[in-house]
Amino acid sequence: MASHGIKDQVAIVGMGCTPFAEHWNKGLDDLIVDAVEETYASTRVVKADVDAYWLGTVQGGMSGITLARPLQLEGKPVTRVENYCTTGSEALRAAAYAVASGAYDVAMAVGVEKVKDSGFQGLNAQAPPNDGTARTLTAAAMFSMVAPAYARKYGVDDETMSDVLAAIAVKNHFNGARNSRAQFRREITAETCKASPRLAGGLGVYDCAGVADGAAAAIVVRAEDAYKYTDKPLFIKALAFTAGSGAGLVDPSYDYTHFPECASAANDAYAQAGITSPRTELAMAEVHDCFTPTELVLMEDLGFAPRGTAWREVLDGSFALHGDLPINPDGGLKSFGHPTGASGLRMMFECWLQLRGEAPPERQIALKSSKALTHNLGGYPGEMVSFVSVVGTELD
Amino acid sequence: MRGILSISGYIPIHRLDRKEVSALFGSGGGKGTRSVAGHDEDTTTMGVEAARLALRGLDVEHMALLFATATPAYADKTNATALHAALGRPMSEPAWDFGGSARSAIGAFGFALASLPTTLVVAADRRDGLATSSDEAGGGDAAAAVLVGEATTSHPALAIQLGGASATDEFLDRWRVPGDRRSKQWEEKFGEQRYVALATEAFARALSQATLTPASIDRIVVTGMHTRAAKAVGAKLAQGRDVLVPDLTESIGQTGGTHSLLLLASCLESLAGTPGGTKIAVVNLADGADVVLLETTSSIANWTPANPIASQLKNTRPLPYGKFLSWRQMVTVEPPRRPEPGRVSATAAWRSEEWKFAFVGSKDRSTGTIHLPPSRVSRVGGAVDEMDPVPMADVQGTIVTFTIDRMVYSPSPPVAFAIVDFDGGGRFPIELTDCTAEQVAIGGQVELTFRKLFTQDDIHDYFWKARLLPSVDDESEN
Repeated sequence: MASHGIKDQVAIVGMGCTPFAEHWNKGLDDLIVDAVEETYASTRVVKADVDAYWLGTVQGGMSGITLARPLQLEGKPVTRVENYCTTGSEALRAAAYAVASGAYDVAMAVGVEKVKDSGFQGLNAQAPPNDGTARTLTAAAMFSMVAPAYARKYGVDDETMSDVLAAIAVKNHFNGARNSRAQFRREITAETCKASPRLAGGLGVYDCAGVADGAAAAIVVRAEDAYKYTDKPLFIKALAFTAGSGAGLVDPSYDYTHFPECASAANDAYAQAGITSPRTELAMAEVHDCFTPTELVLMEDLGFAPRGTAWREVLDGSFALHGDLPINPDGGLKSFGHPTGASGLRMMFECWLQLRGEAPPERQIALKSSKALTHNLGGYPGEMVSFVSVVGTELD
Repeated sequence: MRGILSISGYIPIHRLDRKEVSALFGSGGGKGTRSVAGHDEDTTTMGVEAARLALRGLDVEHMALLFATATPAYADKTNATALHAALGRPMSEPAWDFGGSARSAIGAFGFALASLPTTLVVAADRRDGLATSSDEAGGGDAAAAVLVGEATTSHPALAIQLGGASATDEFLDRWRVPGDRRSKQWEEKFGEQRYVALATEAFARALSQATLTPASIDRIVVTGMHTRAAKAVGAKLAQGRDVLVPDLTESIGQTGGTHSLLLLASCLESLAGTPGGTKIAVVNLADGADVVLLETTSSIANWTPANPIASQLKNTRPLPYGKFLSWRQMVTVEPPRRPEPGRVSATAAWRSEEWKFAFVGSKDRSTGTIHLPPSRVSRVGGAVDEMDPVPMADVQGTIVTFTIDRMVYSPSPPVAFAIVDFDGGGRFPIELTDCTAEQVAIGGQVELTFRKLFTQDDIHDYFWKARLLPSVDDESEN
């Protein structure tokens, strides 16, 4: 029994991503069509070539018909998947496994969310009928418990911690300002971030990801077929996933300074990809920065910095656009926005652009290697799902 | 001998300063304060709190439960069953609501004294009135619980009954249509005249039947929503002797039919540590007069009441009048712009009755790991269906970390929420209540309290919250 992965068996040969925004004039179907059309435009795959589809959407609709109807697919297998905020990554994982299994030659993964039709700010999931004992807080409140716990454990004083979190927001806004698809395209100062109204615990408006509508899509084929469809494929090195048991919520040993589900998925991904030193072997990473403390802790969970040291590296600029390991060069959830079902594929889209050297010059990173990582999580500290992928432009 | 085996009162922590009423409206209010139920409290949850105190440390094998209130959380549906569930009582015990008037509480108490089984009588009221009314300022919210039964060596009586009498008369003094928040009252002098006559007659009859003289009564509790009548009756029965039990209306207000049992609890608690032999008369004025005569026993010498009323009177939080008005739905304030929670599923709630109402988790037999909520599969070792129920409602805990959520839906935002580790094992993330955001700190000690999370589709979502234990400093400051 082991997690073998599908290293170098499957390649991404086409991708598309809509701008993430409050798309008052676009519905779910429009976003799907836009992302899928852009994906076809990026590849030599045509619609008739696609054998099977996976749709990731958290609340956009039920069943594969949510995708089959707007795309007018006839006689195709279409599956809708949902796994909290990792839903887009799950669609890709399923499509990649389907191709790796030999069941299909060409598969498409689509992630989409139309968040801004609810009439409420933020993300709002409707719980199934229940006994009324599970108090649902906002995600901001649940994640707000991380920063004080981290600061306490590693002896970071309040002012320094505030600087660290602001530095993460400033960095991601800096990157997003250089991204035409991002929801927020304005640089901010640390002072602005720190002065913003508190929403939950110590988290202010600028500590929280944007909430946007959007869609992204990818086409996957067997690695040996990749060059038929594109000159610059991305080979899948690892797809790892961990669903937590929820033990963190009820286990007195959990201290809110790390996310075991993320470390677990990362370890599996590194084993699949044969990576032993992620900090040096990766050219960049897209991580799930739903709130600023989340990105901080992820630097340690993903092995980019030893425990208790990421806060220093953040202040040192290690993860800036032209730092040692650029994190979220597209602006991340923070400024790109977070349409839940689409975000996992949006992260992959940035790898697609950066590793192929197709990012706009103002945010193209220096490629110290041919590999990139995406990390996507859903849920809350203590009760989380986590996805980690590694992709690269070279076959090992 | 039949008597009181245990008794407790519960007064919500919030106090409205009556001066705030006239400051806002230019009239109404008065001196002193009144007690106010939290936005997450109703008569059922207050009744649970009083009942938990009354039963603390006692192992009652079988009992009936009677619940009396004039302000029930539900009509048609029995409210006593929620108390029964929250107390973790077995299915084989009865639980009944006992009427809905200001006479119900004393009636249930008298009925329990005259009946066979051990009976827990719980009374709770939440007194309303229109803004600036004397009912708004003079009313109060509270609960009381008294365990009545045969005195035994394992459950000795704190006080035994000596007798009692009732005088019943149909006359219109105070009335309210069900569902209305406003009571109406006839010209006061009429009621006063009737009550003085009725109470005098019933008191004399009770004494005569018990072959007691007025001078032999050491303490007199007089309660009634007709405050002038209660004062007049008190003066008349006391005959100038210093025997009247303080009525607490200055600090908490008059709590309807509950007040008789609340003052009896207060009276008995004040006698804890005394040798016994104190004779007490309880006189309640409501559509007649009910008199109960009691005498403390030597057991009261060793009695340590759980969270006595005297302590609860010191542990208070001032409540701004604006909050009072919004909690009482006298004004509608802007809710958070978040979706409201869905209604509770009756079937799901029933399946998890022990967890939801009594906070019973599960404990893995082999590893001792506590699961909150109960789980069939152990998170340590993975054993399946190898669990024992573990009641946790009376276990205290420590705040490991916390947050203040200013965005989430709540009937009274913001929500204070903490990760709590319970003494002896078990962790649960839980909403905090009866505190301000500034009071919450890592390491703070909490206890559980039965509350109403919200109401949707007229279904009250009852569950547990945590409240900060009063610190030693708080006690001495007040």
